[in-house]
Amino acid sequence: MAKKGLMIDYLLCTGCHSCEVSCKLEKNLPTGEFGIKLAEDKPWQIDDDTWEYKWIPVPTQLCDLCEDRTAEGKVPSCVLHCCSHCMHYGEIEDLAKEMSELDRKAVLFTV
Amino acid sequence: MAFGTFTTPITWQEGEYTVTRTNSWSPPGDHPTGAGMLLYVKDGILEKVEGDPEQSITKGAMPIRMLSLPEYVYSPYRILHPMKRARDKRGDDSAWEQVSWDEAYDLIVENVRRCTEQYGSNSIATFVGTGREAGNWGPTMSCRVFNSPNIVYMQSGWSCYGPRMACTSYVLGAPYPELDYASQYPTSYDDPRWQRPEVILIWGKEPLKSNPDGFWGHSIVDMYAMGTKFIVVDPRLTWEAARAEIWLQVRPGTDAALGMAFCNVIISEDLYDHDFVEKWCFGFDQFAERVQTMSPAEAAEICEVPEEKIIEAARMYAKAKPAALQWGLAVDQKPNGIQMGFCCLAMMAITGNIDNPGGNIMGAIDIGGLGSGYTDLDPQSKINEMIGVDEYPAMVRTQQFTHPDTVLDELEKEDSIFHMGFFTSANAIANPCNLPKRWEKALDKLEFNVVMDIVMTPTAEAVCDLFLPVNTYAERDMYVATHYGACGTWIGAIKKAITVGEAKSDITIMRELGTRLRPELWERYKTDIEYIDDQKLCTLKTPDGRPLTMQDLFDHGSYHVDYEYRKYEKGLLRPDGQPGFMTPTGRIELYSTMLEAWGDEPLPYYEEPPTSPRSTPEYAEEYPMVLSTGARTWSYFHSEQRHVPLLREVEPWPLVDINPKDADRYGLHDGDWVWLENDNGRCKMKLSVQPGQKEGALASQHGWWYPERDASSPSLFDVYEVNVNNLVPYKTIGKLGWGAPFKCLMCKIYKAEPSADIDRIEEVYHG
Repeated sequence: MAKKGLMIDYLLCTGCHSCEVSCKLEKNLPTGEFGIKLAEDKPWQIDDDTWEYKWIPVPTQLCDLCEDRTAEGKVPSCVLHCCSHCMHYGEIEDLAKEMSELDRKAVLFTV
Repeated sequence: MAFGTFTTPITWQEGEYTVTRTNSWSPPGDHPTGAGMLLYVKDGILEKVEGDPEQSITKGAMPIRMLSLPEYVYSPYRILHPMKRARDKRGDDSAWEQVSWDEAYDLIVENVRRCTEQYGSNSIATFVGTGREAGNWGPTMSCRVFNSPNIVYMQSGWSCYGPRMACTSYVLGAPYPELDYASQYPTSYDDPRWQRPEVILIWGKEPLKSNPDGFWGHSIVDMYAMGTKFIVVDPRLTWEAARAEIWLQVRPGTDAALGMAFCNVIISEDLYDHDFVEKWCFGFDQFAERVQTMSPAEAAEICEVPEEKIIEAARMYAKAKPAALQWGLAVDQKPNGIQMGFCCLAMMAITGNIDNPGGNIMGAIDIGGLGSGYTDLDPQSKINEMIGVDEYPAMVRTQQFTHPDTVLDELEKEDSIFHMGFFTSANAIANPCNLPKRWEKALDKLEFNVVMDIVMTPTAEAVCDLFLPVNTYAERDMYVATHYGACGTWIGAIKKAITVGEAKSDITIMRELGTRLRPELWERYKTDIEYIDDQKLCTLKTPDGRPLTMQDLFDHGSYHVDYEYRKYEKGLLRPDGQPGFMTPTGRIELYSTMLEAWGDEPLPYYEEPPTSPRSTPEYAEEYPMVLSTGARTWSYFHSEQRHVPLLREVEPWPLVDINPKDADRYGLHDGDWVWLENDNGRCKMKLSVQPGQKEGALASQHGWWYPERDASSPSLFDVYEVNVNNLVPYKTIGKLGWGAPFKCLMCKIYKAEPSADIDRIEEVYHG
């Protein structure tokens, strides 16, 4: 079976935490444990008019790309609930192609 | 008109689960935009929620306030039965005792009748909060159930949404021009009638974290992904500011000066829409003359932003076709806010971005005022007896609410008219009230106070005698309409999926009380649905011409209008069917005859905040930092949800943002507990050092209390330790009664010790 992954169009990630919380609910994780965790690049200034301020959700060891959900034909919980619709699930070749057509930076996680 | 295009009915079976399609509103709180949700129920228990990928606005996305719904529904903090307590036991958490609904209603009826006989029905005040569904029914509860015109929103200067609605009604003759985010179309952005805004000017608003009254915040991100550019005016570096073409980091409270300068540039550089101005605007010449008194250079000095960036931003907004404006709470929370709002509206108007595709649209559903109950006052002349109508007629008559600050004055009088209070989901002392301790003392004078809420709150604990448990949107049938159905574009169904304890919906409580007190108005409604059909949805038509009903919403999931842009050209804005706007002159009034008639200036002007480094330099020596309150969070709707583990884990503590240079200046570090203090009071928060925060200015969150700490007085969940409204002054508002300086206070900041109770957050996480 072709390998699956998560492509994250992370310039659109607003840090809304829906991926973290929906994953905790899906996997029934207690306080302090995560299947995906937001990493923040806190705001810093490049020059007078340019700021860097980004978020990236990073899958943890507990992420199995929602095996149970995808077996039922659903997308992973984080992908469905992302407020920015910036997370994409699929075969990594397809996701890589999608990325190559994007005009901004993106990341691809295999799990 | 069109219905939603869902492939499944409103409920279906999926394995062992019964799935119900619904839309969020409140409680748990959110403003009415409605995220589409699927509720998964097994054996009568809400086990999980999912986003609804078929809902046209949110398309499966779900903010964490909604994802955590099951925890909220089954929280150990939740109250599921009515409770009463003797008046002399107020503040004693151990004194509550469970009662039946019949006993609770009997107590209310007895007190309403007693107060009405002894003092007249105006002695009953109905206190409402903001945004929740209960706020929608506040006037109905007050007028149609209690026969009192005294509906009270307790925030000084009515500083939320009201000022924007008011200046729009004066200048534009409409409720609220919203950014066109295609919410009216079942196919969303794919509808060929919609155009993407080329530029969005986001001004004093954080639409992503907040839950604007009729706007899905993340549609901003959708449009950004499609190529829309941002101009951002904000003292804080927001997500949008970091991605903006131009970010104007203004000094808090100075926006009206900036707005005048923007208009000045657009007019003097001849970037305005001559055709639109000539046909549809009134008073352009006087307006042009007025804004020319504010040069970009002067605004640059006042607002502390570069002159060239002001000019560049004005050009960029005016040249973009279409351009949209997202104006926020910053308009509402300063005495000079009406003038800022006036400038926002003028910018939309003179660039022709009113009710056009991808600009600011005027809505097409109007059920906001329907069934509000004002006409049920007996005698009708009671409408003229609202507290504050003499002192602030413009605010009271426009908003059809009492004046908050005048209500405080009245409550404090020895022979106050008020004797009974009914709090419909309003946590007064934790959230809206300035000087909350003073309000608590004033509210405690009332002989009988009833509260409807989800959990025990500081307000319920401090001053209430009877607690009525309300249910969540998973437990009720209702609808949700953008902008409460005023200036609306869309209506979604809220469908009951579960029953929890004895909690009841806002409408049920209102109906059952109404049936006991004024049966001639209420007896006829046996269900919430009957009430909604008859009082709210009846004027809207289905595609085949019948009055819309809740059953239609259940059958189809959502209701959309066939949106007509540029309604002013087609005679669709005025009851006389003539082209134009619903203003006295029939045009957009750049010279406002309404503002003039109410006793304010007919043209925008700039005034410094009541306290500022410029207006009160001596005060600024003692209290050097400018303070904007009300910074939004992902987790919380105002004072709600601090008891929900999933949300508290994301945002565990109340934060105040500071620029690193200011932190150095005061020897403070990220994560320090600090006191913010001025001559009105102080509060303790945790410091967050943020390079994107304006130097010299702080941004604090609001609405905090600690559900895990002691409930009884004087602790009241430590609400006074953490309430930033302790710093908001008495009655410091605009000429017409609008706008207190919640966004432009001044204070000092110094290190504090953490509270002894800090570890009790574990009680939220582990029960």
